[in-house]
Amino acid sequence: MKLTGAEIFIECLKREGVKTVFALPGGVVLKIFDMLHQQKDIEVILTRHEQGAGHMAEGYAKATGKAGVCLVTSGPGMTNVITALADAYMDSVPVVCFSGQVPTNLIGNDAFQEADNVGLSRPCTKYNFLVKDVNDLAATIKEAFYIATTGRPGPVLVDIPKDVSMAKAEFTYPNSVSIRGYNPTYEGNKWQIKQAAEAIMKAKKPILYVGGGVIFSGASQELLELAEMTQVPVDMTLMGLGAFPGEHSLSLGMLGMHGTYQANMAMHYSDLVIAIGARFDDRVTGKVSEFCPYAKVIHVDIDPTSIRKNIHVDIPIVGDCKNVLRELNQILRATVNGEQKDLRKPWWDQIREWQAAHPLTFHQEKEGPIKPQQVVKRLYELTKDRDPIVSTDVGQHQMWAAQYFKLAKPNRWLTSGGLGTMGFGFPAAMGAQAAFRDRLVLCIAGDGSVQMNMQEMATAVVNKLPVKIVILNNGFHGMVRQWQDLFYEGRYASSYLDTTPDFVKLADAYGAVGLRVKKVGDLDAILKEALATDKPVIVDVPTYPYENCYPMIPAGGCNHEMLLEDPPELKQKQSGATKVAPEDKDTVLTA
Amino acid sequence: MLRAESPASVLSTRVSTLRNMEHIISVTVENKFGVLSRVAGLFSGRGFNIESLSVAPTLDPSMSQMTIVTSGDERIIEQIVKQLNKLIDVIKVVDLNETEFVSRETAIIKVHTKDADRAEALRIVDIFRANVVDSTPSTYTIEVSGDPKKIEAIINLLQPLGIKELVRTGRVAVAREPIRSTAVQAKKVARE
Repeated sequence: MKLTGAEIFIECLKREGVKTVFALPGGVVLKIFDMLHQQKDIEVILTRHEQGAGHMAEGYAKATGKAGVCLVTSGPGMTNVITALADAYMDSVPVVCFSGQVPTNLIGNDAFQEADNVGLSRPCTKYNFLVKDVNDLAATIKEAFYIATTGRPGPVLVDIPKDVSMAKAEFTYPNSVSIRGYNPTYEGNKWQIKQAAEAIMKAKKPILYVGGGVIFSGASQELLELAEMTQVPVDMTLMGLGAFPGEHSLSLGMLGMHGTYQANMAMHYSDLVIAIGARFDDRVTGKVSEFCPYAKVIHVDIDPTSIRKNIHVDIPIVGDCKNVLRELNQILRATVNGEQKDLRKPWWDQIREWQAAHPLTFHQEKEGPIKPQQVVKRLYELTKDRDPIVSTDVGQHQMWAAQYFKLAKPNRWLTSGGLGTMGFGFPAAMGAQAAFRDRLVLCIAGDGSVQMNMQEMATAVVNKLPVKIVILNNGFHGMVRQWQDLFYEGRYASSYLDTTPDFVKLADAYGAVGLRVKKVGDLDAILKEALATDKPVIVDVPTYPYENCYPMIPAGGCNHEMLLEDPPELKQKQSGATKVAPEDKDTVLTA
Repeated sequence: MLRAESPASVLSTRVSTLRNMEHIISVTVENKFGVLSRVAGLFSGRGFNIESLSVAPTLDPSMSQMTIVTSGDERIIEQIVKQLNKLIDVIKVVDLNETEFVSRETAIIKVHTKDADRAEALRIVDIFRANVVDSTPSTYTIEVSGDPKKIEAIINLLQPLGIKELVRTGRVAVAREPIRSTAVQAKKVARE
């Protein structure tokens, strides 16, 4: 039987097990929407902006480990979703994005709402397709899901012209995919793995540096076994949080620009860096020439281009983290004995010393302004038994969330790492909530970031996605303000937000619940109230505006040279000077 | 065929030092639309240099063969090979510098020729085993092929006569037999 392109599209999605599509219609995709409207298997979540649809697909993918799917129209629909695709590309998130295109006979004619979708998305997708013939549609969709979810995952775009969605073809869904130019390496080289095992046995000061690859590959269990067996401390990247239990005694927390003191010191002074599914991003390496000066480097990654891109690697292993770790553990199980523990005792003593010297700290006065760290800490303590999924936007609040929200399991942490996309958090949380209706999904946001996709509150209310947003509201683009205080002599160029909306009223306007924490003593009660609500909630928490995020390695700095607190001149300024900004802000907030 | 992005980058690659070596990379790709822009986009997006790029279908019309002349230190070349391999439409990548290879380039040169110059032009053509492929009372159009040094040399000799137009194909290259494990090696390098 012949089906239209739109029907084929739906049949393909069903066969890929797609349950939810985040979508926004337009002229050239109406046929597809019309068919979606007439079936029950796939839920369509109508977003208020295509960027929201893209981030929701990302959130869905990160929380489930399956491909997230979004559907947008041609022209502006496509250009709006680009940010989400670029974000997914940087963070290796499997997203399949379908875009409408003007009819094939009009392509290139500057038709209404025409854009070169394939050209626009080329640098920010793993692969993209323009389907010119309805007979190719099914095979193309199969390939799109295959490419998005295999190897190093990433976003794939399928551009479908209007006439292709209308035309009819015989529907057959291919069982398998074979692309001659695409054969990801899953099994690590055995000889290299043996070398790695030997290096780990011999190392006196080894450190595991683990990233998002461990989560995508589902290798957390293998990682735990490796770390416990060999007693090697674990540093996690921002993307890797949750890959290893945050409260485990072997965990040193996050490393990098705002990583913990012990994580960065251990990295700097180690003699063996075991990088697993991480890519030596500049926020981790700092000054490349002085990165890990004493260490040999083992690098396990499924993407060969990640290896030796930024730093020299001694033992490269291309393969899937799970497979490689399994083999590595097998070798080590036979050889490891109690000696490693003794061998590494001085190393652990040193690490414990670092840990004790500079733990993460902040000072919360009983009656004073609310410190943002306190909010994250309490939120963590109040929710950890409910195994929440946590999303963040980008900025100071993101770093505090990374520092204080200690995740126990993978696929609980939704954050924009590589691209650093403000506005990511809320829609991503909604995507996760759409996948897991009964779970607790939190979004820790900043007052700057959250406004970038605030419109999606309508989507959350209509679709009953009860995400709990906690806004650390400092009235600033806080990270920008921090850099201005540290590196631009305190000139707050465009970092003060001046008129932040009343988030409580805003929530109310959307039909959600708005709550505000007026003093630190109310924090627990209000958070509990929010957690007990079954609707989307905004908790607005006005926080101390001049709190800075430490430790901090200034950009291009060296990993063992961290700023641990405000420099004296800044402290003086912060305490003594009367500032216009916070007073203004107070009036805004109490008005 | 694409020329380098700026004259300065051409000049800089001519001076090949140990650090910044010129490499000829042979890339087998799917013969379909958009592939050239994926390859070219990779080079421009990651700041790699292209001195020349030539592309044409292979014996199997479903594939095309690209010859890319680029330059960079060892690390950059390794990244170029790996990044090319990562492209889904790329089937095979061989860094020809890892082996012995033959390379050729063709130039078509239109030269002003008056009176005695005409004889001089023909002498040069003869020396370089070039061909005159078109002739008018005031010009010769000369076709020459060979390695880049030969092309440079004939251009230098013809320049005093007055070159009216000059087009070059960019280099094409092929590994010398026996290839042995060149391809395997390249894949191995790429996968490390």
